[in-house]
Amino acid sequence: MTTYTDLIFEISRPGRIGCSLPERDVDAVNLSEKLPAHLIRREAPELPEVSELQLVRHYTSLSNKNHGVDNGFYPLGSCTMKYNPKINEDVAKLDGFGRIHPYQPEATVQGALELLYELQEDLAVITGMDAVTLQPSAGAQGEWAGLMMVKAYHKQRGEKRTKVLVPDSAHGTNPASATVAGFRTVTIPSNKHGLVDVEELKKHVDDDTAALMLTNPNTLGLFEKDIVEIARVIHEAGGLLYYDGANANAILGKTTPGEMGFDIVHLNLHKTFTTPHGGGGPGAGPVGVKEKLIPFLPVPRVEKRNGRFLLNREEPLSIGRVKGYYGNFGILVRAYTYIRTMGPDGLRQVSESAVLHANYLRKKLEPYFISPYEQVSKHEFVLSGSKQKKLGVRTLDIAKRLLDFGYHPPTIYFPLNVEECLMIEPTETESKETLDAFADVMIRIAREVEEDPETVLNAPHTTVIGRLDEVKAARKPVVRYERETVQS
Amino acid sequence: MTSTFRYLPDTDQDRKEMLSFLNVSSIDELFSDMPASIRLDGELAIPDALPEPALWKKMKNMASKNVELPLFLGAGTYDHYIPSVVGHMISRSEFYTAYTPYQPEISQGELQAIFEFQTMVCELTGMDVANSSMYDGFTALAEAASLAVGHTKRGKVVVSRAVHPESRAILQTVAAGPGYVAEEAALSKDITDLDALGKQVDGDTAAVIVQYPNFFGSIEDLQEVKRITKAHGALLIVSANPLALGLLEAPGRLGADIVVGDMQPLGIPMAFGGPHCGYFAVTKPLMRKVPGRIVGQTTDENGNRGFVLTLQAREQHIRREKAMSNICSNQALNALASAVCMAALGKTGLREMAVLNLEKADYACKLLQQKGFSVLNQSPFFNEFVVKLPKPVAGVQDALIEAGFIGGFDLGLDYGDPNGMLVAVTEQRTKEEIEAFIHALEGIVQ
Repeated sequence: MTTYTDLIFEISRPGRIGCSLPERDVDAVNLSEKLPAHLIRREAPELPEVSELQLVRHYTSLSNKNHGVDNGFYPLGSCTMKYNPKINEDVAKLDGFGRIHPYQPEATVQGALELLYELQEDLAVITGMDAVTLQPSAGAQGEWAGLMMVKAYHKQRGEKRTKVLVPDSAHGTNPASATVAGFRTVTIPSNKHGLVDVEELKKHVDDDTAALMLTNPNTLGLFEKDIVEIARVIHEAGGLLYYDGANANAILGKTTPGEMGFDIVHLNLHKTFTTPHGGGGPGAGPVGVKEKLIPFLPVPRVEKRNGRFLLNREEPLSIGRVKGYYGNFGILVRAYTYIRTMGPDGLRQVSESAVLHANYLRKKLEPYFISPYEQVSKHEFVLSGSKQKKLGVRTLDIAKRLLDFGYHPPTIYFPLNVEECLMIEPTETESKETLDAFADVMIRIAREVEEDPETVLNAPHTTVIGRLDEVKAARKPVVRYERETVQS
Repeated sequence: MTSTFRYLPDTDQDRKEMLSFLNVSSIDELFSDMPASIRLDGELAIPDALPEPALWKKMKNMASKNVELPLFLGAGTYDHYIPSVVGHMISRSEFYTAYTPYQPEISQGELQAIFEFQTMVCELTGMDVANSSMYDGFTALAEAASLAVGHTKRGKVVVSRAVHPESRAILQTVAAGPGYVAEEAALSKDITDLDALGKQVDGDTAAVIVQYPNFFGSIEDLQEVKRITKAHGALLIVSANPLALGLLEAPGRLGADIVVGDMQPLGIPMAFGGPHCGYFAVTKPLMRKVPGRIVGQTTDENGNRGFVLTLQAREQHIRREKAMSNICSNQALNALASAVCMAALGKTGLREMAVLNLEKADYACKLLQQKGFSVLNQSPFFNEFVVKLPKPVAGVQDALIEAGFIGGFDLGLDYGDPNGMLVAVTEQRTKEEIEAFIHALEGIVQ
């Protein structure tokens, strides 16, 4: 770890440059003749002026202050922080994929369209859907696009349904997407087993129900065993069933959302299909639908006719465009490469190992932390830090103590229905040795909570910076560099 | 016997030990909670796994089916040189294999890089606050419209027809959710018709949206648009090409309330349209209504400067159905790419590159006019302009490809002008290429 703390603006000196520009081979233009004076920039933007090596040192130093999957275990629940294969990166960087323009004539991008078409087909099989759009850039955008299709579907049938049902354990994006799509949300409580309370659900299902959004396995890592009954209840009332695919890593090749009765599915390619999370993105959130919803899919659609691939922009019932061009192509290339690496046998093993690892780690930790649910886990599990809280140590403190051992902590304080929640997703790409070592550290921390709580409460001890004052950051926001701010 | 995969470390022995620890006899038992009626019988019907060497060959072959030629095509995505250093920095896997910096103590690198990115966006746009990035420039524009509607509690936005057609299409899709109206403002040749706009904007207008330079490359007079929005208490939303801001007055200085756009021209590959990187900047009064992640500066218990995600009370994971936007992720890695590119160019390099773009396009335009082509643009333009061909663009493209070029954007589809070709000329095009392209075009249309 480094002690370098400068901002790039602080190492800037007038007169330095970090790149070389092409030579001017055409006549110079007198800007003041070409443009009205008030549209010519008066003060240049204060971009940093640094040499190329200074630039490299700066960002290398920053990277040394960052923890990624390549650095160590990253059991961040619901985010599926699995290994990001290197060949995916190399393939996405091929000039034939990276240097093509989205508006080139179709005849000049047949390879790109072929890839998109085949990926649509593969994802349709994997989800049990009839057609897939690759446009949405992320899970949340996929949710919104899916709900806009729900809206269009009901409208086409002459109905205006206003209600979207969401379990209390759902990701925050579910209700937020429902609002953005113009629906109102009704929250369905979970039962004591951590599953959707079917009797409670029935009370809320009526002819105003547009859809139920469900994650299965849910965010507690539990498979909604009553899914067939839930699907029946929703469908009988004329509603649709939306599958949040954030947890699809548990079901590959074992079942599909289609088999479960879902009508719409989004996948997070940056979770299940190994595309890198990039420090927050870019990701991709393709959406699959059953036949009855195909007319409403976004345009353009990638189609194959007479052995040629083309873009279909004309679909009268389509919800329209949801994202520029054809989606996050570079991410789609990576996911395609991964699916071809694994094949059907490999993908099934992915989910089997992910589930095996989660259950193994859970059982190792159960004697030390509260494990609120009995049902077998799928790819992730939750623990409650409520026992530790009674001793004055909160889940946040446990998370911070994990940093001292080189681990990224689990997701904390989510789902909201588990007190002092720790949500742990080990993924299939971690070795048994890593799981054992992590378990040993968790057990050690549990002991520290009893014997030496100060060590946990004052953690982290080994990071480049201590706990940060988040209240101050929000009360007096400093969201950009200004010379005065730094000198004070 | 299961086959082995290089991303899956479990050995038969590992599996045996874990299963025995769990007191179960097979992995299948761990799936016993899935009702039999929904379990798959056979394997997924997708192609079999390929070994890495065969896969590499297959992917290279697929990529080679795509044609790369000198581009005179832009229309929102541009062929600019990306300094080598950009790719190297974003390939540091500490950056690309990390997620959203929820744990600031081990994410200071990402957080600081984003803080610096936010600062650069503020500098470029002349705005007070920028977020950590958006999906792309098109969706950022729609989010800006929704922000304006929510903020002003008015029912419609007015968007110029000189705004990118995809931005307008996405805006229509987005507006259909909450149900506000996105009305289009007419054109006067190559720019927004300000007289008509003045009549269209009223007390129910939340915002006017223009593009700078606009879709035809022409530079809208933001000062005049602001005069109209100000008279009616509407917000001014500007979608700006960040490279052009190297030489054009910052929208913030001309009265913009929200500035959005796409960082693609600065360090991000075209990649068949994505991933690119939207940016989103506002004036201070709108700070707490911005969608997406924002990084803020603070201190640790020892007073050391550090960075955290901040103002999270706006966001979906806290507010759920009351959130102002459903956005969760961003395009952090591409924001990083554009930050590295902006730092490589620096204050003077950005301006020089912007000027070069304008000069090359100016050269191409003048040469076309000399050869007898007519040009639509009557206002000054940046690196793109519309040439009117004597025959439909659609029939010209193939011949241009034969001649070794990818021609401009066909205005037939979106503007009902089948003979209009939107030509982009970036710093990547040499004088020789420009001349050869125009020579080829002359031959084709004769």
